[in-house]
Amino acid sequence: MSQTAQSSGAHHPDENRRDFLTLATTAVGVVGTGMALWPFVDSMNPSKDVLALASVEVNLSNIAVGQAVKVMWRGKPVFIRHRTEKEINEANEVALNELIDPQTDDERVEKKEWLIVVGVCTHLGCIPMGTATGEARGDYDGWYCPCHGSHYDSSGRIRKGPAPLNLEVPTYTFLTDTSVQIG
Amino acid sequence: MSAPVWNNKVVKWVDDRLPVFTMMHHTAYEYPTPKNLSYMWNFGSLAGFVLVTMILTGIFLVMNYTAHTSMAFDSVERIMRDVNYGWLIRYIHMNGASMFFIVVFIHMFRGLYYGSYKAPREVLWWIGILILLAMMATAFMGYVLPWGQMSFWGATVITNLFSAFPIIGDPLVSWLWGGFSVANPTLNRFFSLHYLMPFVILGLVVLHVWALHAVRSNNPTGVEIKTPQDSIPFHPYYTIKDLFGLGVFLIFFAAFVFFAPDYLGHPDNYIPANPLVTPPHIVPEWYFLPFYAILRSIDFAIFGIPAKLLGVIAMFASIVILFVIPWLDTSKVRSSAFRPVYKWFFWLFVIDTFVLGYCGAKAPDDYFLGIEGLHVITMGQLSTLYYFAHFLVVMPLVGKLERTKPLPASISESVLKGGANA
Repeated sequence: MSQTAQSSGAHHPDENRRDFLTLATTAVGVVGTGMALWPFVDSMNPSKDVLALASVEVNLSNIAVGQAVKVMWRGKPVFIRHRTEKEINEANEVALNELIDPQTDDERVEKKEWLIVVGVCTHLGCIPMGTATGEARGDYDGWYCPCHGSHYDSSGRIRKGPAPLNLEVPTYTFLTDTSVQIG
Repeated sequence: MSAPVWNNKVVKWVDDRLPVFTMMHHTAYEYPTPKNLSYMWNFGSLAGFVLVTMILTGIFLVMNYTAHTSMAFDSVERIMRDVNYGWLIRYIHMNGASMFFIVVFIHMFRGLYYGSYKAPREVLWWIGILILLAMMATAFMGYVLPWGQMSFWGATVITNLFSAFPIIGDPLVSWLWGGFSVANPTLNRFFSLHYLMPFVILGLVVLHVWALHAVRSNNPTGVEIKTPQDSIPFHPYYTIKDLFGLGVFLIFFAAFVFFAPDYLGHPDNYIPANPLVTPPHIVPEWYFLPFYAILRSIDFAIFGIPAKLLGVIAMFASIVILFVIPWLDTSKVRSSAFRPVYKWFFWLFVIDTFVLGYCGAKAPDDYFLGIEGLHVITMGQLSTLYYFAHFLVVMPLVGKLERTKPLPASISESVLKGGANA
């Protein structure tokens, strides 16, 4: 603002100290603002009650061979398919290098006859068809997503279409032979 | 710009302390406007009118709306059936969104044709793009509020776009949702932001008008105001012209509201949201279709970047690229009226956006216009290519190579000789 008597080029003894103070104040201001913003940002993350609804128990005894069901888990559908011998073989016969997201069938199931996957297309989140009897199951005997045309096989792996990844396998444990806990 | 003299004592007393009347006088009365503006210059004020309409109808809708997944759909149906004139207010608001995009798209094409983005109007143009982005966010979140099938699945698909980003994608999406899927927390925050955004837009509009008044309006010749003879005061000349235009526009608007209120929407949105069933054909509202087509047309990976991420990048790039066109356009001449070559490319670009819109509305495997063998996805890819080529290749090259027509010496001269084509 006002001209000072200080000549240009001369090193003022206070300069380093002022620079330090300016930098320190700015740093504290930035960090402080960030810390003040975080509670607001974090308040938009899943809340405790949402996180608490994290597991669901399913009775498998009334799902016949060849049948599949949808159950709700964390607001999303989970597909549980009681696979036939043919479907299990199909899932095992395919060569890994033919797959978009290579994974063996063994890596995706705990018990061969039960395929459990999150029923959300890995492209843009639609629900693929093929769970209910009579629905289109795509070219690979699994699921078909009507939104943008992704085909999943009998192991829930992506085989054709825009989706980049296989259907996600949730964490689950078999409580008994006929009951599974998802989550 | 001389300071106005206020005869009314109260007005003068206030104005001496807060010169709000003087400001309004300069802005809406005295503002020297090119005297040759065509009806293409009506759309800015129309957009302002629609913004106010949306805010007012929105405020009244909120008085009867419930932002909860178990009640949102029914509360909207109650507005339609039981609330006095609720059907009218909602239909105005619903169709108002479409009207907003219609006038803003025309406003933008006007700017593109007449080179209104070129120096010194770059910042004015930028603020306009920010307004468009804010409008898109607002429209998207508003569409989710009735909690119908299209609301739910539109929200699911669009929020999932952000999962395309590596590493941060999944935490980002769950942050946007406030859970593991689109659910009540999502609806609540969208409602909050949908109420906030129009006021952000209003603030941007103030900046837009401020920037406009600093650099003055462009005009069909693209020649700047040079002498006082080139301009006329905004009032009464353009207030009356804007009012006449508003009358015509309101007929168009009312035709939709009263005779085809659901024509621009999707019947599926009158089915309550069901997280277990995706409708067989998800399409965004018409004003997003060209951008949706660009998103979908990228079905291949480049340099190991997956198709999904590339599509998202291309879609955002299609708007972000508008920020740099003041520098991509190398022509010294603003108005396409004097650019015999570029003019054709401009119209090709307009057609291209319509083709994109058509492709966005169809399933990727459909045939384009029923032409056997020509898939919608292929046509979408070609028109996406032209969309970007128009800005990145045509604008820089044609600007350098084209021989433009002689410009009039002034706005006055062009008016006396008979318009922009002189």
